[in-house]
Amino acid sequence: MQKQAIFQSKLLPYALVAPQLAIVLIFFYWPALQAVIQSFLLQDAFGLSTTFVWFDNYVELFRDPAYFEAILRTFFFSFAIAVSSLSFALLLAVMADKPLRGVMLYRTLLIWPYAVAPPVVGVLWIFMLHPSLGVLSRYLRTLGIDWNPMLDGDQAAALIILAAAWKQISYNFLFFLAGLQSIPRSVLEAAAIDGARPMRRFWTVTFPLLSPTIFFLLVVNIVYAFFDTFGIIDTMTRGGPGTSTVTLVYKVYSDGLLGGNLGSSAAQSVVLMIMVIVLTGIQFRFVERKVTY
Amino acid sequence: MANVTLRNVRKTYPGGFEAIKGVNVDVGDGQFCVLVGPSGCGKSTLLRMVAGLETVTGGEIDIGGRVVNQIEPADRDIAMVFQNYALYPHMSVYNNMAYGLRNRGMAETEIKTRVEEAARVLELSPMLERKPRQLSGGQRQRVAMGRAIVRQPKVFLFDEPLSNLDAKLRIAMRVEIRKLQRRLNTTSIYVTHDQLEAMTLADILVVMNGGQVEQVGNPLAIYEKPATTFVASFIGAPPMNLMSTRPEEIRSQLAGSNAADAGILGIRPEDFVITDQTPASGVALPLTVEAIERVGAETFVYGCREQEGERVAATPGELPPGEIIVRIPGTEAPAIGQKIRVAALRNKLHLFSGDGRKRLEA
Repeated sequence: MQKQAIFQSKLLPYALVAPQLAIVLIFFYWPALQAVIQSFLLQDAFGLSTTFVWFDNYVELFRDPAYFEAILRTFFFSFAIAVSSLSFALLLAVMADKPLRGVMLYRTLLIWPYAVAPPVVGVLWIFMLHPSLGVLSRYLRTLGIDWNPMLDGDQAAALIILAAAWKQISYNFLFFLAGLQSIPRSVLEAAAIDGARPMRRFWTVTFPLLSPTIFFLLVVNIVYAFFDTFGIIDTMTRGGPGTSTVTLVYKVYSDGLLGGNLGSSAAQSVVLMIMVIVLTGIQFRFVERKVTY
Repeated sequence: MANVTLRNVRKTYPGGFEAIKGVNVDVGDGQFCVLVGPSGCGKSTLLRMVAGLETVTGGEIDIGGRVVNQIEPADRDIAMVFQNYALYPHMSVYNNMAYGLRNRGMAETEIKTRVEEAARVLELSPMLERKPRQLSGGQRQRVAMGRAIVRQPKVFLFDEPLSNLDAKLRIAMRVEIRKLQRRLNTTSIYVTHDQLEAMTLADILVVMNGGQVEQVGNPLAIYEKPATTFVASFIGAPPMNLMSTRPEEIRSQLAGSNAADAGILGIRPEDFVITDQTPASGVALPLTVEAIERVGAETFVYGCREQEGERVAATPGELPPGEIIVRIPGTEAPAIGQKIRVAALRNKLHLFSGDGRKRLEA
């Protein structure tokens, strides 16, 4: 058996990969290249002249305390979103992994939120938690909580984390459920006979056997929290109040499109690009190899 | 240390399917009990009920004088060896064996002593730090055994532990298990579908079929006096030849005994001899040789009866009606197509009622 395909014509193989290559080049490499070029340029306020400034945009960026705040905030958001979404999804998956009546319906319903687009998620949560319109806000106030994420930065951050984590639960749930179902039942039965109570069984057998899944999802969730939360932030808080929910991605947008500072925005994009490359590298390198049992 | 008694044990699944239809078995202290039967007969379910992994819907399971129906597996003081070994893949061999002891809060020094002793007995000492995936099938099997013996439980449960091993290793491990059980003198219940394993391991053999016990007893006693045609054909390989007593050829030879009531006649392949003479008292059949199997020490002759055979009560591994297996020592055998006569003595005949459910004394 020969694995290599044999083509009669020399052109045919190139013609076959051409559409894919075209998409990658036009939609990935071209904008990326543009961002890199742009990050070395400085435009005047009216866009009339452009100067090549070498690394000035980067130097300025890393001297800007607001940028470091955004970095810290993004890390905090990512951490909070990943941890809350992962732990809640794991809890749901453990419960769905039991032979229950109507378990298929339960699983299907849990998977639905994944089909909701991030901006829609933002709108949904705003409807529930808007200080004046929100259904839940009223109850929060009757409980004596001064709920106003439009003014309180911490509450706005909590709101973003909540909505972003909620959206990712479905995805995590699916992977956790698959992971749980791949653990042989007899191993858990052996642990039960070996005297391990359910909680201990979970932490000493189930959890370690899920560790490859957990690590994979951790990376996916961090990437998600870094980049895909843009829609949620934009619909819910627009980075505000003040800059209390401005993450790195949102800063690229607000500095570039709202602030008109294209050079800095491009430099930030390049920094983000490097972060994605690193994260993806970690994912590919370690998911398969290191975290196995 | 403990005997295991099953009193009218039943298992009905929520759908209404009755997997175990009232089983009574008494396994004495230190005895090795083997549950044997075809797949789907409920033997594994019964074992899992003793382990506490399946609920009991009727009757009582008594371990060491205590009814354990409502007791968690962990508190039954049992250890189980699973078919796929069920080792903890993320733990070293040492930790696999130590896990059950740690869960019970045993001191690490005591754990170390016990695990090292078990590893020495099972020849696992050089691989205590390895993970299960770095072991061969036979080694994994031994780790599973080790995990059971370090606990020093009242009862060992084995769920087809050898079925994933190759034929040679299976025989070696079978002997190992028997020796180990004798030495530890721990009451054991062992599930298998392999009748050879069942015969060689058991002190008490329980033959099961369709959720019911067909026969309980000493393996050789069961072999010599099977209670039903199911047991007759399940225990022993090749299986016992079963034939209807209705054809005149057989009826006339059985005349003058209480065989008149019998509907089915059984003769073990090794009880036939190829001879031209008709025994004074017994059964002789003319056969045409259809196939020969030589396995070295013995030869199996497959013959077809002259007269059209009649199907008898359904049994596993059943031969086509009219076909007879004869087992003869050595490699000398008649040629294919040759017409021969085989005969069996009166005291070698097994007689059963027409439905195969009852043994009749000849």
